[in-house]
Amino acid sequence: MGKRSPAFYALALFFGLFIIFLYGPMITIFILSLQGPEGTLTFPVRSFGFYWLGQVFQEQRVGNFVEPFFRSLGLGFAVAALAIAASVPAALAFRRRFNGSNLIFYLTIASLIVPSVLVSLGIGITFQVLGWQTDWFSSGLGAHLTWTVPFAFLIMVGVFNRFNLSYEEAARDLGAHELMTFQEIVLPLIAPSLIGVLILGFTLSYDEFTRTSLVSGQHNTLPLEIFGMTTNVTSPALYALGTLTTLFSFSVIILALMAYQFVSRRQNS
Amino acid sequence: MSGSILCFPALSPEAYRDSVSNHSMCRGNTAICPERSYAIHQQILTMSLWKTIKPYLLVTPQTLVFLLFLVFPIVMIAIVSFWQFNGYSMVREFTWDNYATIFSSNVALRTYLNTFKYVLLVWFFSLALAFPVAYFLAFYVDSLRWKVVLFLVCTVPFWTSNIIRNISWLPLLGREGLVNQILMNMGLVQEPLEFLLYSDFAVVLGLVHLYTFFMIAPIFNSLMRIDRDLITAARDMGASGFQVLREVILPLTAPGMAIGSIFVVTLVMGEFLTVRLMGGGQSASVGKLISTQIGSLQYPLAAANAVLLLVVTLVMVTGILRVVDIRKEL
Repeated sequence: MGKRSPAFYALALFFGLFIIFLYGPMITIFILSLQGPEGTLTFPVRSFGFYWLGQVFQEQRVGNFVEPFFRSLGLGFAVAALAIAASVPAALAFRRRFNGSNLIFYLTIASLIVPSVLVSLGIGITFQVLGWQTDWFSSGLGAHLTWTVPFAFLIMVGVFNRFNLSYEEAARDLGAHELMTFQEIVLPLIAPSLIGVLILGFTLSYDEFTRTSLVSGQHNTLPLEIFGMTTNVTSPALYALGTLTTLFSFSVIILALMAYQFVSRRQNS
Repeated sequence: MSGSILCFPALSPEAYRDSVSNHSMCRGNTAICPERSYAIHQQILTMSLWKTIKPYLLVTPQTLVFLLFLVFPIVMIAIVSFWQFNGYSMVREFTWDNYATIFSSNVALRTYLNTFKYVLLVWFFSLALAFPVAYFLAFYVDSLRWKVVLFLVCTVPFWTSNIIRNISWLPLLGREGLVNQILMNMGLVQEPLEFLLYSDFAVVLGLVHLYTFFMIAPIFNSLMRIDRDLITAARDMGASGFQVLREVILPLTAPGMAIGSIFVVTLVMGEFLTVRLMGGGQSASVGKLISTQIGSLQYPLAAANAVLLLVVTLVMVTGILRVVDIRKEL
């Protein structure tokens, strides 16, 4: 393709501006959260310090962020694990067409594109009609699965599409059972992708707001707690919390990429 | 293979022996022992039965998740949308009132129109941003390693909290925000611009910021699948760069754009977080309307709105799917 043509520079500039658009706002709240006690919600930065980051861990007037964080953490991993448990077998089945596979495929897509407020409202109403108590680990978990399972499924279908069937056939010819073939051949080969899906599922759940908003019950997850904070906190503590939770997300992603590289490199050698 | 095996009828050993020995090919052929052949036949039958059932067993957990947490709740919404509301709780008696209220209300109509406005604007701007970005990554970044790295750079914000991404616009766009400070210092405006925050502008900006990723990923995927020989061929036949883009690349990217559009349209249709955090008092969306009605415990009315929202969304998605079969893309 056009080696360093004018088009290249134009598009590179466009790309650069887009990245600034993407990250710029986030960087401003990073900067504003690193202020001293007299800091406010707007520029200019009055003094440098970690005062507001520390404030996040103090008992707040508006709530406590440590417990919701651990709730979201637990929920995220439960959702991710369940999403893998449900989607990997389903993606395996989708390597061959079967009667009704289209229906199941469209059901999966429907779960992605049904507006999230509907999922939340539906589960909330269902629990209310049945007289059950909503909770983040029951109704909240179910609501999160409707969002994470389709993603996990689509990724796994993609992974299996690029999967060489001859390894499995060889294992079967050597007399391996289906379960054995899966354990010994398929699982090690898809392991890097599983790490990716696990982290993807985790972050999707960790940051999910709308789907949990009506069904979390008495105890808030972290995004719900943050949303509550937006309406009644007017100090940079809000930015500090945003900075911390964003940095947490970043480190999870970096960890995931490192794990992915590590596993796939060990596989290749 | 499994298809032809399935055609064997399941017979008793005796009937099977008769059918085999009467068959023209087997008559007088002593090499085939009917009993042994029957055993093999049965084994193959069990295997093929297993092969038939297996996919259904494998998709059961996932299907259960969707039935329990998606289909059943939506059915409940549909039912509740016909229930009455007595001012503080639901009454299980049939009524059309909820729908009648919505269809006769100007506020509801304006809310739906406003939501369509958001959908159209966000769809347009996210496509306008996503295509050049994906095109640059797919065709102008040479090494695969850099393609992946830059794509990940575009992806990372998607993994962070939507609330925080909304909030992070506040110090930029507010009355005393950075943008207004800069504009006033440069003398471009005398008064701080009010429309930057808590307005429809802010809502669209926030939504484009949140959801452009959903356009970039499928478009990038489509672009990466284009056979580079097609472009070389078009060039050899004298097509200009722009013609290649219009005649070869754009048509082949249509499925990716369609998938991205489906995501953006459906996400914006149900949106209420950004409308709450960045919109002003005038900014209305169906999602916000539903969440307000839930806040005042008007579940039947909220449910009726949710049903309409779903119907409208599905109509839009079907419209997009008419253009492209997305299953080919996976």
